[in-house]
Amino acid sequence: MKPTVLKTTDLTVSFGGLKALNGLNFELFEGQFLGLIGPNGSGKTTFFNALTGIYRPASGNIFLHDKEITGASPNKVYGYGITRTFQRLRLATSLSVLDNLIIGNQRNLNFSIWRNILDRRYFKSQLEEQTEMAASLLRRFSPDLAALLFNPVSSLSMIDRRRVEVCRALISEPKILLLDEPSAGMTPDETRALMDELQDWRAQHPTLSTILIEHEMELINKVSDTCVVLNYGEKIAEGPYSDVSNNPSVRAAYLGDD
Amino acid sequence: MAANGLVGRPVSGASLIHMSQLKTQLVILVGIFLSVIVLYGFLYLEREWEIGLLLVALPVAILFLKRAKMLSEYQQAARLMPRFTLISFLVGVLVLILLLRHEHFALLMLTTVLLYVTVSLGLTIQFGFAGLVNFAAIAFFGIGAYSMAVLNHHFHAVPDVLIILFSGFAAALLGALLILPILRTRGHYAALITIAFGILLRTFLEVNDVLGGPQGLKVNGLEILGWNFSDSFPAELGGGSFYMAYAIAALLLAVGAYLLTRLIEASWFGLNMDSVRLDEVASASFGINAPRWKITAFMVGNFLAGLAGAIYAAMSGFIAPASFNFADSLLLVSIVLLGGIGNAVAVIPAALLIVVLPEKFQVIQEYRLLLFGIVVILILRYRPSGLMPRGLRQYFPGNSA
Repeated sequence: MKPTVLKTTDLTVSFGGLKALNGLNFELFEGQFLGLIGPNGSGKTTFFNALTGIYRPASGNIFLHDKEITGASPNKVYGYGITRTFQRLRLATSLSVLDNLIIGNQRNLNFSIWRNILDRRYFKSQLEEQTEMAASLLRRFSPDLAALLFNPVSSLSMIDRRRVEVCRALISEPKILLLDEPSAGMTPDETRALMDELQDWRAQHPTLSTILIEHEMELINKVSDTCVVLNYGEKIAEGPYSDVSNNPSVRAAYLGDD
Repeated sequence: MAANGLVGRPVSGASLIHMSQLKTQLVILVGIFLSVIVLYGFLYLEREWEIGLLLVALPVAILFLKRAKMLSEYQQAARLMPRFTLISFLVGVLVLILLLRHEHFALLMLTTVLLYVTVSLGLTIQFGFAGLVNFAAIAFFGIGAYSMAVLNHHFHAVPDVLIILFSGFAAALLGALLILPILRTRGHYAALITIAFGILLRTFLEVNDVLGGPQGLKVNGLEILGWNFSDSFPAELGGGSFYMAYAIAALLLAVGAYLLTRLIEASWFGLNMDSVRLDEVASASFGINAPRWKITAFMVGNFLAGLAGAIYAAMSGFIAPASFNFADSLLLVSIVLLGGIGNAVAVIPAALLIVVLPEKFQVIQEYRLLLFGIVVILILRYRPSGLMPRGLRQYFPGNSA
């Protein structure tokens, strides 16, 4: 059995009277690829926001390995090695691709005044190192995109923007990657290409654990080891996709079967 | 090393023009020379029709240079050799100051422009980089001015350079009072806090008898190495207006402020400030501590305003609360908007237009605020990124990133 990297117990997030997440017990193993599915408004993104410190849980706990991180700020959560993408892209579109990737690599930057403003030679070596890291990461995903390193993100196509966002989350080599519906706004072919690229990365980083929020069931079936289904903020099913997809309550939630 | 190849890569794209080093330098020199001539015209000419002619000829000339691709050639040259450009500019303006050495009024205007450029660079760091709207720029300028007046009066033994520095720190420190309320609020509300601070400070100065109340304070002139700036220029050096020394001091300050602004932009500091401005949630998810960068930008910007205020006080010889109006803060914000938000170079022509034109045209003088209001509305409507929009970050010369 692989070790548990992330665990939540009785996690509840409420907005006024509404419980967007209600007593969620959840576990993620090292190297696992977990698909998180559920109808709109079932609490998937809320779960990500609670994990990354954007929302503060009303009750319950979040553990990273054995360390409790409930209520930690987004800054801290990033420092623990959890990164994410957003459903609606949140790139700095007026900045270059390189700038966006360096933003994702905060952990490895030196912020002393000396190393930034005064010792420009040292800063140049830092910049070269970051540029090389960003270029080689992009090259893995798309050689064409690597050539656009110095172009503004606003000039990129949708799939390239998605790639940049995924790369921004990967460049710091996180332990846990949270993908919030990466297929949104892309064609099935583009999504498949992105997922293949991601699987390559996982093959080389076997300890990376991933949670994927997705509506495309084909995709979930293909890439995930296991699935968790949410409905109205509660977990209604869990297991391999083949089991989950035949679960009557899942079918009811998704398709309105009785 | 592969990375070397990437970082040192010249500007990409179709507009790439290959130039030798000598030609690059030549292009820069011609550009600076032409700018200094225009600057001379603006400051020296006095009749309204002459200035009017210049105002009509200038856009036509710029359009022509743009058509002939000379403008982009200059821009590329300046990108390749920013240090050479800055030194040429410095020398060019020094020559201009020498040319104008007997013109009190022209020198006073030039000094004011350079001091406003310094404050606008502070606003560029605050608003252009970190996204903090500051409508109290003139208040921090005023704090610098009053610190200069008081410190210079009481500590005559302390060198004036240090007193100017202290005045900058005083502005930054008093500005620190606003940090908590600004961090707790967002957008318009943060702007309102700065407006309130500006009004509060002015009222405080008016009722405070120790600081001279509404009558204000007398300020000693700057004295560096035993030479009082407020005396006329020594006859052995050709003589000239006492404003000459202040113009040179303001020029050095503006160049220093420009260098600081550019270095902040071309480092992780500027990168993180941009990130905080563009998307605070995404920034936080990647470990960027938004308050840290907002505080840094706010303090550095106010520090620059304080330095400029100190030189202004010494030059004027007299300061009063009435010199630090809310309207002047608006003027400074409109300089940043007109130039191009976040573009450190753009504040120079913008400050020139906004400071000098009202002095040359009586009509503008009378309806100054009304006209600036209209200008700001027109810019925001038709050219929201300003006359000279900010380009992509350039970390090092010749680097396209």
